[in-house]
Amino acid sequence: MDFVVFILASAMVIAGALGVVLRPNPVHAALSLVLTLFGVAVHFVALGAHFLAAVQVIVYAGAIVVLFLFVIMLLGVDKAEDLSIEPFPIQRPLAAVVGAGVSGLLVAAIVGAKDTIPEGTPLGADGDQNIRALARNLFSDHVFAFEFTSVLLIVAVAGTVLLTRKEKKGSA
Amino acid sequence: MNLMVASLLAVDPLLDTDKWWWKVLAIVAAKVLAIFVIGLIGTMLMVWFERKIVSGMQNRIGPNKAGPFGILQTLADGMKLFFKEDLLPDKADKWVFRVAPFLAFVPAFLLWSVIPLGGDFTDGKDGTVTWFGETTRVQLIDPPVGILIVLALSSIGVYGIMLAGWASGSKYPLLGSVRATAQMISYEAALGLSLGAVLLMSGTLSTSGIVGGQDGIGNWNIVATGFIPFVIFMIAMTAELSRPPFDLVEAEQELVGGFNTEYSSIRFGLFFLAEFMNVITMSAIIVTLFLGGPQPLTLGGVDMLGFAGPFGGTLWVILKTLAFLYTYVWFRATLPRLRYDQLMDFGWKLLIPAALGWFLVLAALQMTRDKYDGLGPVLLAAALGVAVLFVAYLLFNAALVVSKRNREREGVAY
Repeated sequence: MDFVVFILASAMVIAGALGVVLRPNPVHAALSLVLTLFGVAVHFVALGAHFLAAVQVIVYAGAIVVLFLFVIMLLGVDKAEDLSIEPFPIQRPLAAVVGAGVSGLLVAAIVGAKDTIPEGTPLGADGDQNIRALARNLFSDHVFAFEFTSVLLIVAVAGTVLLTRKEKKGSA
Repeated sequence: MNLMVASLLAVDPLLDTDKWWWKVLAIVAAKVLAIFVIGLIGTMLMVWFERKIVSGMQNRIGPNKAGPFGILQTLADGMKLFFKEDLLPDKADKWVFRVAPFLAFVPAFLLWSVIPLGGDFTDGKDGTVTWFGETTRVQLIDPPVGILIVLALSSIGVYGIMLAGWASGSKYPLLGSVRATAQMISYEAALGLSLGAVLLMSGTLSTSGIVGGQDGIGNWNIVATGFIPFVIFMIAMTAELSRPPFDLVEAEQELVGGFNTEYSSIRFGLFFLAEFMNVITMSAIIVTLFLGGPQPLTLGGVDMLGFAGPFGGTLWVILKTLAFLYTYVWFRATLPRLRYDQLMDFGWKLLIPAALGWFLVLAALQMTRDKYDGLGPVLLAAALGVAVLFVAYLLFNAALVVSKRNREREGVAY
């Protein structure tokens, strides 16, 4: 049963990822990304991490991809792109090299860490325990790192707004 | 595998027995079927209820031909929709156009599964009831992250509206769906923050746990969180449902029909069904979060619907939900639609700061209550909280004044 769930969820993840890369229409690509995110959420549920699964759907599928789609619709770039046009010649071979490198690193890391992962990590069947542990980690042990991250994001947003603002000529 | 099943289905005693598996399966299947049928019939009655109440408020008669009091009007309309021609616009993105109605419809149904629709939660009981010799919850599933599933499903529902407008390949639907997206993202923040106040009081995410904590009217979250989160939640929920006065998504005078202009036949029917079903489920969720769900209203310590026995909880849920359904219809009949800039100002400059500020004060109070005994420290924390809120309000106001002055100095930007 576990294995069947794993296969199905992985198929979702991989199909979605292929869709993101291969679909010429940006809206279809964004929808494929949603499929991938759902697959990952299923993996989380199968591992007993319900909170992460729910947050994955709420934050990534419910907010971030919705924003992607919003921008795509607002800017009207939702036309299928001609993939044979190459604006920057070296990027495709480079992408292949970087992709192979990252996959190599991941496989190496997994193979290297295989013996150090404890088998059957104990997780409370009651999801509340996991949420409490997560909250304690975020809001007491690592509260400063957490807050600094949010300040960084605010600064980034404010900076973007400031940089894209057009100063009117003659008004200053 | 056992871990997964045990934690997903949580503490329903029905599933924790040595009974024949087919019996358990049959009961669960019956629950699923019951929820499905109740959802459909409830939606049918809701459409009739809304039309009848609105016509009453406007001095009209309303539907009165099909069945007694016109109660079968929705059924007649639905059958008419079924037999109409299903049009697929030439410029539509065929696949997305076909999928969109289901993305709106399926989450609306799934939302039912986590709402406690009855049960006995009085005196710290765990909400199980014995119906026809079987002890179980009146709830399909009770996952430990219950209320987050509600948020997740309602954010999936956004996709239905958004993609419907985009896939139509026509400009008014696109405008409608862009409006819908911006509106729902904006109001989801206020919704989440006011929900946070409830979770702070309950200390759990499971819907049955939230109901269980609201024992007695003083512990109902509408009182315990100090009323303001309830008001914000109600307003934000109305906006999430894009019900009047927040129905800019389908403003007929501006956008023809909004996101569903190009839809016809059963596909339109699905959108219509999802919209009205969402009104019912969201009312039930407000009842669960703020009004104690199946918790009874007592008069002198006696359950006022005590005669109903194990069905009392369900009756209470229905009564309380009906009150909210009436309120939503009332909103529609009386409030004029907001302008788009008013909508954004209201959401970002009033609801979100108010929800955030109230949440902080509640958190400070809860913290003081946990750490110190007696009334003194709590009062001190409340006074400090209000003072901090006041200073924050002044700063916020100053920021608004400055930004307004800057905008006026720079002239019109568009």
